[in-house]
Amino acid sequence: MHNFELVKPSTVQDAVAALAAEGAQALSGGQTLLPSMKQRLAAPDVLVSLTGIAEMRGICLSDRGLAIGGATTHATIATEARAHYPALADQASHIGDPAVRNRGTIGGSLANNDPSACYPSAALASGATIVTNQREIAADDYFQGMFTTALDEGEIITSVIFPIPEKAAYVKFAQPASRFALVGVFVAKYPQGVRVAVTGASEEGVFRWAEAEAALSSNFSATALEGLSVPAEGMIADLHGSKDYRAALVKVLTGRAVTAA
Amino acid sequence: MKVTMTVNGKAMSAETEGRTLLSSFLRDGLGLTGTHVGCDTTQCGACVVHVDGKPVKSCTVLAQDVAGAEVRTIEGMANKDGSLSVIQQAFQDHHGLQCGFCTPGMVMSSAALLAENPTPTEAEVRAYLEGNICRCTGYHNIVKAVMAASGQGEQQLAAE
Ligand SMILES: Cc1cc2nc3c(=O)[nH]c(=O)nc-3n(C[C@H](O)[C@H](O)[C@H](O)COP(=O)(O)OP(=O)(O)OC[C@H]3O[C@@H](n4cnc5c(N)ncnc54)[C@H](O)[C@@H]3O)c2cc1C
Ligand code: FES
Ligand code: FES
Repeated sequence: MHNFELVKPSTVQDAVAALAAEGAQALSGGQTLLPSMKQRLAAPDVLVSLTGIAEMRGICLSDRGLAIGGATTHATIATEARAHYPALADQASHIGDPAVRNRGTIGGSLANNDPSACYPSAALASGATIVTNQREIAADDYFQGMFTTALDEGEIITSVIFPIPEKAAYVKFAQPASRFALVGVFVAKYPQGVRVAVTGASEEGVFRWAEAEAALSSNFSATALEGLSVPAEGMIADLHGSKDYRAALVKVLTGRAVTAA
Repeated sequence: MKVTMTVNGKAMSAETEGRTLLSSFLRDGLGLTGTHVGCDTTQCGACVVHVDGKPVKSCTVLAQDVAGAEVRTIEGMANKDGSLSVIQQAFQDHHGLQCGFCTPGMVMSSAALLAENPTPTEAEVRAYLEGNICRCTGYHNIVKAVMAASGQGEQQLAAE
């Protein structure tokens, strides 16, 4: 790893100011960034740690839903979101392993937008709002393809607001070596309709499966998916699974998620 | 920059750079080489230590980011009189190690599990140790050791 200077502000305001420096980058749990710095895929001059900012940690219920601070760890979400949004807590409790969950954070995961990461599916299926130091971004506008988001340079995710569904579930088909999702499907049923978000499958990153949403909004059962199929075109193909395999998994896992919800 | 932490109950300091990992702070800075670095890529768990009571992969935490924290390493696991703690003794009794490279991380993760969940099921032990990789034992004797350390007999274990 190339050397850098670490700064650890205690307010969002100070972090934003520190991030304005040339070559500065945010560091949250470091569970993605530090491994990529060791591989020299990233070499910031200044790392601005977000772990000392109390206002970015923790979970609270508001009239807009469950608000989760951007620097809240997966482990905290797994326990503290359980009573309010069990499907989200369940998703968090299966990210990586316990040691990764004690450091990794939701803000880091959403900022990174790995095409196989778990939270992008929860955020998109819940119609969540990504709150930054500058503005609010609807999940539908936030995810812009693999490792690409609506965030500007130096913009910090301070919290994420999840409207709480009537029913929801996330089913992950884990890639056994990395423990990321080979494919993962998050289904959430709201009074306005059902939303289905798929991670791990598409070359464009997380996406909504519109046909399944329409079918499930009129009949919330796995049988409603029977006539549907997912095109293999645009799916990820790698040594773990072909395009066709991933497309087939999307449908199977959506059915399982509906049954589990 | 000089960083101080409470390591195994004692305040300890060493010089660091921004990029100094907690694992290097412990091993190179403080000479506590019981914490092993197996992969350095956040996969294997040999480097697991407790920071403020929680298990973390010390190869993927910056020393300066956890300055002032309470850290516990494998060197802090034995009883005060130097005898092995219940978990360590169980690893020995049940042959939960062969080469021993993964063992410090296994013991630290197992101790964290038993603190959170004193009587885990076999499936819970296996799930909790998912981020700790062992190339020798095939895991069965590690799981046996953790079950025994939790006071649960071998009857709780599925046949090999
Ligand atoms: C062994 C292992 C297994 C894993 N398994 C899974 C899995 O199953 N599912 C899954 O989803 N993930 C998995 N991960 C990834 C893990 O969830 C990471 O914690 C997460 O992707 C990144 O979060 P972080 O807090 O560690 O971010 P960091 O690594 O600190 O940062 C990641 C990126 O986000 C930026 N950033 C961080 N915080 C913010 C913020 N608040 N605002 C703006 N930008 C920010 C950083 O600058 C950096 O570019 C795994 C990781 C490991 C090591
Ligand atoms: S050395 Fe840290 S996880 Fe392998
Ligand atoms: S005992 Fe050799 S790696 Fe586990």
